[in-house]
Amino acid sequence: MKNHLKQLRAQRQWTQAQLAEQLEVSRQTVNAIETGKFDPSLPLAFKAARIFGLTIEEIFQDEG
Amino acid sequence: MMNENSNANAWQRKVASSASNLARWTLGWVLTMALATFGPPWLWNDHKLWTLGAIALNTLLGIGMVLANIKHLKTLDEMQQRIQLEAMGITLGVGLVVGMSYSNLDISNVIAIDAEISVLVIIMGLTFLTATLLGAKRYK
Repeated sequence: MKNHLKQLRAQRQWTQAQLAEQLEVSRQTVNAIETGKFDPSLPLAFKAARIFGLTIEEIFQDEG
Repeated sequence: MMNENSNANAWQRKVASSASNLARWTLGWVLTMALATFGPPWLWNDHKLWTLGAIALNTLLGIGMVLANIKHLKTLDEMQQRIQLEAMGITLGVGLVVGMSYSNLDISNVIAIDAEISVLVIIMGLTFLTATLLGAKRYK
């Protein structure tokens, strides 16, 4: 699954640690999601969407 | 944003708190294990009642340690939980296979020494540690 988390975070000038704090996950988890090594659950994707004020589809795209 | 940050810091504190709680239970279990192992010959001259008491105390602290571990796992985020789950699965498999093979080697007298449970505990501990480190590296 592809995502724009890194670009969205950069636009807001947030560090991975700052985004991790808001998502209530570790910085390593944010990094793994950004690099596509880990796909978040639906509740975590919803939380990210809420934080960025976007829909899930605007942040995450299915590669299949 | 302020409210979200204070919630987030609360989450980090919760993780740190459950980790130190688990560490305390583990330390208690290890110390009472030493007491139950070395107490009979060194401290109370193999008195059965004291030995039973030490083993019971060790078992109770062991149960507390397991419950503290469950609580700690629930505080972790979903990726950390996955790493732990995979490491535990690998450890269970390795422990079962190696443990049975080790037992067979003893039963069939291929090895001269008696199979000791402590060897299996060491193997499982090292397996869990390695699997956790490799899991964390995989998602880096």
